[in-house]
Amino acid sequence: MIQNLNFNKYYKLFNIISVVLVILSIISILFKGLNYGVDFKGGTLIELRINDNQTTISNLRSAFNNMNLGDVAIKNFGNDNDYLIKFVKKDRDKNLIQNIKKDLQSSIGPVFEFRRVESVGPKVSAELLNKGLIAIAASLGAMLFYIWIRFEWQFSLGAIIALFHDVILTIGIFSLFNIEINLSIVAALLTIVGYSMNDTVVIFDRVRENLKKHISIKIFELTNISINETLSRTIITSATTLLALLSIFIFGGEILKGFSLAMILGVIFGTYSSIYIANPTLVYLKVSYKTVVKEEK
Amino acid sequence: MLKFSKINILITTLLSIIVIFFTISNFTEFEDEFVNKKINLGLDLQGGSYLLLKIDNDPVIIKELQNKAISLKNVLKENNISVLNIRVTDGKKILLSINKKDVDKLNQLFNDKNGIVNPYFDQFKSFQFEIANQEGNFEIFFSKYGLIQLKTSSLDQAIEIVRRRVDEVGTNEPNILKRGNDRILVELPGLDDPMRIKNLLGKTANLSFRFVTQTNEETFGSEELEFEDGSEVANVSKRIIVSGENLIDAQPRMDNQTNETVVTFDFDRVGAKRFGRATTKGIGKRLAIVLDGKVISAPVIQEAIVAGSGQISGDFTFQSATDLALLLRSGALPAPLEIIEERTVGPGLGQDSIKSGLSALLIGFILVITFMLIKYRVFGIIANATLILNLFFLVGILTLFEATLTLPGIAGIILTVGMAVDANVLIFERIKEEIKNEKNQIIAFDAGYNKSRNAVLDANITTLIAAIILFFLGSGPIKGFAVTLGIGIFTTLFSVYFIARLFTSIYVIRNKNKDQLI
Repeated sequence: MIQNLNFNKYYKLFNIISVVLVILSIISILFKGLNYGVDFKGGTLIELRINDNQTTISNLRSAFNNMNLGDVAIKNFGNDNDYLIKFVKKDRDKNLIQNIKKDLQSSIGPVFEFRRVESVGPKVSAELLNKGLIAIAASLGAMLFYIWIRFEWQFSLGAIIALFHDVILTIGIFSLFNIEINLSIVAALLTIVGYSMNDTVVIFDRVRENLKKHISIKIFELTNISINETLSRTIITSATTLLALLSIFIFGGEILKGFSLAMILGVIFGTYSSIYIANPTLVYLKVSYKTVVKEEK
Repeated sequence: MLKFSKINILITTLLSIIVIFFTISNFTEFEDEFVNKKINLGLDLQGGSYLLLKIDNDPVIIKELQNKAISLKNVLKENNISVLNIRVTDGKKILLSINKKDVDKLNQLFNDKNGIVNPYFDQFKSFQFEIANQEGNFEIFFSKYGLIQLKTSSLDQAIEIVRRRVDEVGTNEPNILKRGNDRILVELPGLDDPMRIKNLLGKTANLSFRFVTQTNEETFGSEELEFEDGSEVANVSKRIIVSGENLIDAQPRMDNQTNETVVTFDFDRVGAKRFGRATTKGIGKRLAIVLDGKVISAPVIQEAIVAGSGQISGDFTFQSATDLALLLRSGALPAPLEIIEERTVGPGLGQDSIKSGLSALLIGFILVITFMLIKYRVFGIIANATLILNLFFLVGILTLFEATLTLPGIAGIILTVGMAVDANVLIFERIKEEIKNEKNQIIAFDAGYNKSRNAVLDANITTLIAAIILFFLGSGPIKGFAVTLGIGIFTTLFSVYFIARLFTSIYVIRNKNKDQLI
């Protein structure tokens, strides 16, 4: 493998692109909003399987619209016979699910099966959202702290900017394409934080080593050398991780789709940001031999 | 780094054998309990129901305050403090007005750590009640710790009743846990329709026997109560003759004479005595049987019932009679429970999830090992052998701890497969670099291992941090993901540094004179 690519040549251009993408993501998150699932919005979700060929989605729509459940969202889930039904009903009746079963029985007949029911009250959903946000904040804080201990603050700052970039872009894409955000997406985001960090740290480790080895080389050149030296590892690890994730995305079933999609995006962004966000930060902050030698004392 | 002591090899081999054994134990049966361990399947994989219940403590607090107000009245009378006014407000406070001259006396009573008026908790350094005084008008309310103590005891009571009810239904290995200070988590594996349990847990089951009165002359007052079937409204005395607390048994029966399903019950001695006395005096009156504020039935007393048992009729099906008997046997909840979160997965979806999870694992695994084989040849074989052992380690440890495997947990295993090769890749790539400057293969390999160690550790610790945070903040299925991801990091490091390194060193030492080993 040729390992002398001039990555840093275009870093300013890529930085501008990243800034624009992050701003677009934030705009989308603020103005278009996020499609929260029942975990975070509260309400009820029913995964329904229809066991005959006569019942269509419009049959289901009219059946559910007659039940007085408010705004009911119905869509196919994975294949033609599976449907996902979501609604938020303010007054919580403990016989709700039972009544829906009865009503559905009389409108489309006993040709269905409830495969999954999730019902989350408003208090719990608010708590889950809160917990999710705390988890993401805590993981970012923990990473900041860890890199700060292991390296110098300049590295820590670079890594954390890269993490914010990855997380915001991933959420931005979910917002833009209206993909549901639920608990498993939060798990994916945390894993992205871990993965992106892992990728950044490997390059940083090499930068630090090279700073001590080549005292005369400027940081601009040095980060480029370090990226090249670790490049085949970066590619191979991203590739194997993506292979595993693609396998989950394609074969792992509908429930893991959002999760694996978020992870795939995160791995791509994480690999990119290690090269084009984390390392340029070291250049901007004029990291030099002195920065890391101070640390040794 | 390429040297291994015999002890080292022995321990590694031994550990490997143990975990491989536990991996296999998932698929076999053993007599011995210690070795017959299996991974638990989460509710999302085996199907089942997850219910989170919240206890509504407000009625308990009001009731406690009412009792307190009554006892306070008596205590004050004994101490010659005349009460101008005492009542319990909705704001969970007792309002008490007394003469100004008695204020000091009352304060003294309330601040006596050894007195009975306001119990003092030594462990919290706090009284049960706090008191605010304004010119003879007192507000009495629970202190922070008084409230905590009250909530804890009502939750403990509730959890006991919930357990009895769930056990009576006889579901498969239910899991009932406290969550925070006002919640109960109920996990019911294998239950795909939690309707009956939800109904049973949704009832407080406060049973009382009270007379139906025509007038309001009752000293205790009376209240209008609706019948369960909505057919009638009766004016029922507030005086409770006997309550559910005095029941020792209740069973559904078929009444042979009327061919109706009824619930028969037996009182304890106190209950039987009271019931006997009341029915002797009250022949001809209607006796209302009240459950959770609704009248089930109100038969006319034909004769005195002194045997301490009786029956309730009221248009029951056999199912509803069974459930009522069950509720009566298990006792009343201290306060109503509300279901604030419910997740139910049917067995069909669970099976499908296992299938798709395992096929994703298999395919992901094949993709990764093929990739590694093409990229590294001999060392690809080493990395792949390590990866397989790594999987055995991961599954073995999950089995040893009898951890719960969820669908996201399977995703965590697949992700571990994808990320586990990273450590070997880091090492192999470093070795390649070292070989450029170092002719001696053994020294180059040694240097490769040494110089990559920091990067390998850092890279894995960052992922571990994310997994730990997920473990503490996640719930249910997500926790399962954190567990497999976190354990996966340890097994990866172990398999890379103890197993892959061993294979590598054997290979390198045998072929040290060949060129281009990697």
